[in-house]
Amino acid sequence: MSDDLGEKLLALSCPVPVSDTPNILLGHGGGGRLSQMLVEKMFAASFDNAALSEMHDGAVLPVPAGRLAFSTDSFVVRPYFFPGGDIGSLAVHGTVNDLAMCGARPLALSSALILEEGLPMEDLWRITRSMAEAAKAAGVSIVTGDTKVVDRGKGDGIFVNVSGVGLVPDGIEISPRRARPGDVILVSGAIAQHGIAIMALREGLEFGTTVETDSAPLHGMVASLLDALGGDVHVLRDPTRGGVASVLNEIAKAAGTGVSITETAFPIAEEVRGACEILGLDPLYVANEGKLLAFVARDRADQALALLRAHRYGAEAAIVGEVTDEHPGRVVLKSRVGGRRVVDLLTGDQLPRIC
Amino acid sequence: MKFVDEYRSEADVRKVADSIRALVTRPWTLMEICGGQTHTLIKYGLDRMLPDLVTLVHGPGCPVCVTPLELIDRAVAIARRPEVTFASFGDMLRVPGSELDLLSVKARGGDVRMLYSPLDAVRLAQKLPERQVVFFAVGFETTAPAIAGALLEAERLDLPNFSVLVSHVLVPPAMEALLSSPACLVKGFLAAGHVCTVMGTHEYDPIAERYRIPIVVTGFEPLDLMVGIRMTLAALEEGRHGVEIQYSRCVTPGGNLPAQKLLSEVFETCDRPWRGIGVIPKSGYALTPRFLRFDAAKRFDVETVTAEEPAVCIAGSILQGLAKPRDCAAFGRECRPEKPLGAPMVSSEGACAAYYSYGRE
Ligand code: SF4
Repeated sequence: MSDDLGEKLLALSCPVPVSDTPNILLGHGGGGRLSQMLVEKMFAASFDNAALSEMHDGAVLPVPAGRLAFSTDSFVVRPYFFPGGDIGSLAVHGTVNDLAMCGARPLALSSALILEEGLPMEDLWRITRSMAEAAKAAGVSIVTGDTKVVDRGKGDGIFVNVSGVGLVPDGIEISPRRARPGDVILVSGAIAQHGIAIMALREGLEFGTTVETDSAPLHGMVASLLDALGGDVHVLRDPTRGGVASVLNEIAKAAGTGVSITETAFPIAEEVRGACEILGLDPLYVANEGKLLAFVARDRADQALALLRAHRYGAEAAIVGEVTDEHPGRVVLKSRVGGRRVVDLLTGDQLPRIC
Repeated sequence: MKFVDEYRSEADVRKVADSIRALVTRPWTLMEICGGQTHTLIKYGLDRMLPDLVTLVHGPGCPVCVTPLELIDRAVAIARRPEVTFASFGDMLRVPGSELDLLSVKARGGDVRMLYSPLDAVRLAQKLPERQVVFFAVGFETTAPAIAGALLEAERLDLPNFSVLVSHVLVPPAMEALLSSPACLVKGFLAAGHVCTVMGTHEYDPIAERYRIPIVVTGFEPLDLMVGIRMTLAALEEGRHGVEIQYSRCVTPGGNLPAQKLLSEVFETCDRPWRGIGVIPKSGYALTPRFLRFDAAKRFDVETVTAEEPAVCIAGSILQGLAKPRDCAAFGRECRPEKPLGAPMVSSEGACAAYYSYGRE
């Protein structure tokens, strides 16, 4: 899609005649005329690319020799519009980031939508547009898709699954098992933003300023890191659900090493910290959608930090800890006041406390 | 948003830790009353900064922990009714009853919601006139004024579909119960600052006199706790007893009089069972006759629901400072946060959960 045409298309109002069907009907998933109109007028027009326009059951992609990364992620976030983003862009970023965390350059995405009967057509249009924009900004095409409609009351408006494939360059070997004692751990920016943005909206909480999601595609930042550091990048992870604490625990267990972090080293926005205080939540466990953790060889740490900070999504990057051979499998935190404690996995979601 | 960073300064906390080390000549056992204090102590690793001579035991001040099993069963029974929208603070939702917890009721189709304020429950009742909205009124003197406010509002609106399941507990009677036990090891108390913000400190004077024990009203930040510990130890080393206030930025001896008035309008004291401890006389709040029509236990006829604690759980001893979580045979084995046998393993402020999550290296 040429930029020009893209802009025009995005500026247009919903291409499905809203006067006829202002809401999603069961028939929009039935494979008949309504389905076809939705696919052609909304999805094909928005995601426009050669593979998709074949209108085949799947996409046929040319792939150079090498290693393929493959990832899938489903999004069920409620409400589906929130400050700074929506379920569509979130789904695209989520899968792009999962591929990036494998060290892969994203190649192509699929989009599978489960719509609830009655979903306003305008909302679907906004979400579709947002997916198209997010994919375009990330330089990746949505090449195949699927739409189903479920009865009213059987879904939260819309569920989005995005799967994707990407290519892993030679010499890159990113895996939780590659964390080794001496590695330095970096975070690409302020934590806990997405989780608090959603919670504040869902629970009608106000904290003075609106907290926006940090949802962002991170493959560009990863590429600059890998181009410069290559095999000295050992582990990459985006700390989404379960937050930084859960991801670090998984890595410590997978690698059989200890992880030690410093509480005060983590960047965190004032209003996010305030919200966590009020709700009794530990920001280390709150979800992020546009941040990454990188484990790199010690002698490349400063360079990695500079590279992250040079990127638009990494301006607040910081060194937050290191891998050690003490306390294998465990994450230990040096607290704000100099004490030490274990940071364990949570049992379920964090629940706000009483007093 | 203003932060209390000055109460989290590493240098200041270290300084106090050093002065505590210089001060202590004999072994002392102190109890922090409140689960929030336990949480801070362990979360910031303060317990490990204290000299070996000082033992901290964890008190009965976690409202989630001390809520009796039968009350959770009553909550579950109410929440399972099809006409009920059951609302609670977040951390009560995962506490297991004899068979189910509230989150499982929700998973099975019950309308269970997490709210941040009892007033939100009143608003919910206004919004859902065809539903019965029930709020689980758990907590110490700290949360009770908000519940009282909600009840007054419900009365003003004459809401027929709002009620509360009351489980409020009071701190001073629990302290007395602990101190009057011959097994009591506690030599000094860190009293809960939040509670005293509401109630003041007058209630503590007779306790300090009768049991000749120092009671220091302490805040919840790391520096608050360290200074509170030092004040308590200094009194013990010098053989003094009485009530002192570390948390003077929030606490006055008289407390918050409007809040107290609200409480006396809505609640009267009653004997109440504490989980693992048993009935403590005059240790709980019940609704005054004027507000009885908002009593969910009566409205839904669950007053006869009873339950038995699992035999292996020593929650009672832990909540009285007689045992530490690791003394329990089930700790970390049959009893883990994902499969808790007793309440102290459930709440994030429960002593067993805190030891389990933060304690092992
Ligand atoms: S470890 Fe579990 S069973 Fe043992 S006292 Fe604690 S809560 Fe009860």
